[in-house]
Amino acid sequence: MTTEKMDKNCENINAELFRFVKFDELAGERAGYSNYSYWHSTWRVFTKDRIAMLFLCLLFALLSFTFVQPFLPGQKDAIKIYNDEMGRQLRNIPPGTEFWLGTNSIGQDLWARIWSGTRTSMIIGMAVALANAVIGVLLGAMWGYVRRLERLITEIYNVFENIPDTIILILVAYMLRPGIGTIIFTMCLTGWMPTARYVRNMIIIIRDREFNLASRCLGTPTTRIITRNLLPQLVSVIMMRASLAITMAIGYEVFLTYIGLGLPVSIPSLGNLVNEGRVVMMSPSLRYQLIYPALILSLITISFYVIGNSFADASDPKNHL
Amino acid sequence: MIKYTLKRLLQSVVTLVVLVLIIFLMMRLMPEEGYFGEGYIRMDRVQIEAALTQMGLRDPILAQFYKYISGILHGDFGTSITFREKVPIAEIIKPRLPYSIYFGLASIIISLLIGIPMGIMMAQFKGRAPDMLGSGYVVLVKAVAPAVCYIFLQLYLSSLLKLPMLFNVRKPASWILPLLCMSIGNIANYAMWMRRYMVDELNRDYIKLAMAKGMSSTSIMTRHVLRNAFVPMAQLLPTSILLTITGSIYVESLFSIPGMGGLLVLAIQRQDNPLVQALVLIFSSVGIIGLFAGDVLMAIADPRIKTEYSGGSR
Repeated sequence: MTTEKMDKNCENINAELFRFVKFDELAGERAGYSNYSYWHSTWRVFTKDRIAMLFLCLLFALLSFTFVQPFLPGQKDAIKIYNDEMGRQLRNIPPGTEFWLGTNSIGQDLWARIWSGTRTSMIIGMAVALANAVIGVLLGAMWGYVRRLERLITEIYNVFENIPDTIILILVAYMLRPGIGTIIFTMCLTGWMPTARYVRNMIIIIRDREFNLASRCLGTPTTRIITRNLLPQLVSVIMMRASLAITMAIGYEVFLTYIGLGLPVSIPSLGNLVNEGRVVMMSPSLRYQLIYPALILSLITISFYVIGNSFADASDPKNHL
Repeated sequence: MIKYTLKRLLQSVVTLVVLVLIIFLMMRLMPEEGYFGEGYIRMDRVQIEAALTQMGLRDPILAQFYKYISGILHGDFGTSITFREKVPIAEIIKPRLPYSIYFGLASIIISLLIGIPMGIMMAQFKGRAPDMLGSGYVVLVKAVAPAVCYIFLQLYLSSLLKLPMLFNVRKPASWILPLLCMSIGNIANYAMWMRRYMVDELNRDYIKLAMAKGMSSTSIMTRHVLRNAFVPMAQLLPTSILLTITGSIYVESLFSIPGMGGLLVLAIQRQDNPLVQALVLIFSSVGIIGLFAGDVLMAIADPRIKTEYSGGSR
C-alpha cells in the first residue's frame, strides 16, 4: 500500500469510531447473511468486459436478424434464379437497389443467400456444440465418477486422440452422402473429446474435496450434489467449449466445402458462399461475392470466440473479487 | 523414462492398427462403382463380377486384409483408378513427397522463429501496445476460419507486395505466401502460450526474491523466466505438427503446390478410393509419429509431466 493510500485511510479515522454502540438485536442477526449468488456474480464480472459485451450485442443482433429476415417484407428467395424480361439469367449484377448485395454467377440474390447460409451454418454450429456438450459431459462424468469404466474410456480416448481430427473428418465425410446430417455427425465424432477430458479432470478434483464429502455424509441426494456441487464448477468449461465448438464447426464447414465434401450446392451455407466467391475472386468487380459472406462469417466466429473466452474468465469464481 | 517411451510407443502402434482397420473396413463398405473408372456404366453384371474377382475383392475378408497389410508394408498401396488410371499410387506420391516435407518443416521453423519472440515481447510489454496488438492478432487468427484467412492473404498480399499468386518451383518469390499462410496459425499458438507461460512465471515468488536481491531485469528475464517458460513450450510441438498437416491440405491446393495435401483434395474430388485411402493413411501416420515424438520430447524436457493425460493444450 502506498503512503498516499494510507494517509487517505487515516483521514477517515476519528474518535467517533471508537465509542461503544448500543446493542441492536436486528443488526446482530444481519451479520450472518450474504446475498451472494454465483450467477449474479458471474454476470457482474462479465458485463465489466466492454469488448465482450460489444460482441455479445453484435452477435445477438446478427442472430436475431438472421432468423427474422425471411419474414420481413421485400425479401427475395435464396435459391430462386432471377431472370430478366427476356428470360436471361440476371448474372453477376453489382450491389444496388434491386438486389441489395448483388447476384451471383447464376442469378441468385446474394443478400437472401447470405442470411439463409448463416442460418444453415448456425444450425450446424449449434447442433455440433450441443451434441459435443451433451456427449462430452456424459462421458466425462462417467469417466471421472465410475471407477470401473475409467480404464476402458482412457484407452479408447488415447487411441482416438492420436489421430488428427481433420483426417477423421475427411475420411468419414468421404464415406457418407453429403448433407447437413453428415456434417454434424462427422464433427461430433471427434468434438466431444476435449470436453470429456476437461469434465473428467474437474470431476476427479471435486469428487474428493471436503465440501463434497461433507454433502455426501449429510445425505444430500445425488441430483442436488450434481446441480449444486459439480455443475457450477463445470459451467465455465462447458460454455467455453461450446462457443469454441461453434467457431470450429463453421470453420470446418468451409474447409470441407472447399475440398468437395461439404453441403450440396443447392443448400446455401457460408462455406458454399465463400467457395462460390473464391471462384470469381480474380476479377475485382465480382469480389463482393467473396467479401460479404466472409465478413459475416468472420463476425460470427470472432464474436463466439471472444464471448466464450470472456465468459470462461467471468465464470471462474477466482475472478469474482 | 524408457518405460514411459515404450508405453507411449505401444499406444501409437495400437492407434495405427485401429486406423488401418477402420480405413480398410470403411473402404470395403463403399459402393462397388468406386472401383471402376469411367467405363462402369457400360459394363454388365458378369463383367463387373469378373473384374471384382480379379481384383481380389470377392476373397474372404481376412485374406483381403492380409493382402492389404502386406502390400502396405512393402510400400505397395495399389493402383489409382480415376486420377491417373492404372498407375501405382506409390509412383504418384513419390515426386510429391519432398514438397510437403520441405514446406511443412519450413513452416514449423518459421513459426518458431517468429512466434516465440512475439510471445516474449507480449509478456514483456504486458498490457501495453505490443501486447494488445499481439492479442488482437491471436484472436483474429484463431477465430476466423483458416480457409477465409488464406483466401484473403492470397488475394490481397499478392497484389500489395507484388508477389505471384500461385506456386512456381523456379520462382522463389512464389514460396513466400504459401509459407506465410501455413505459419500464421502456429505463430499465433506459439505467441499465445509463450506469453501465458512467461506471465505465469513472472508472478512466482522466486522472481520477487530475485528482484529483491537486486538482479537486473534483463538477467531475471533470461536466466529465470525464459528458461522456465521454455519447458512447457515443448508440449506445443505435437499440436503444431497436426496444425501444419491440416494447413498443408488447404494451402497446397489453394496455391497449387504439387504436394500431397493438394493431391488429397484432387483425389477426393475425383472419387479415387485407393488414392484417398493411401493418402489418409500417410497423413495420419505422420500425425501419429509426430505426436509420439512430441510427447517423448516433452518427457525429456520436463520429467515431471510424465502423466498419462499430458498435453493440456492440445
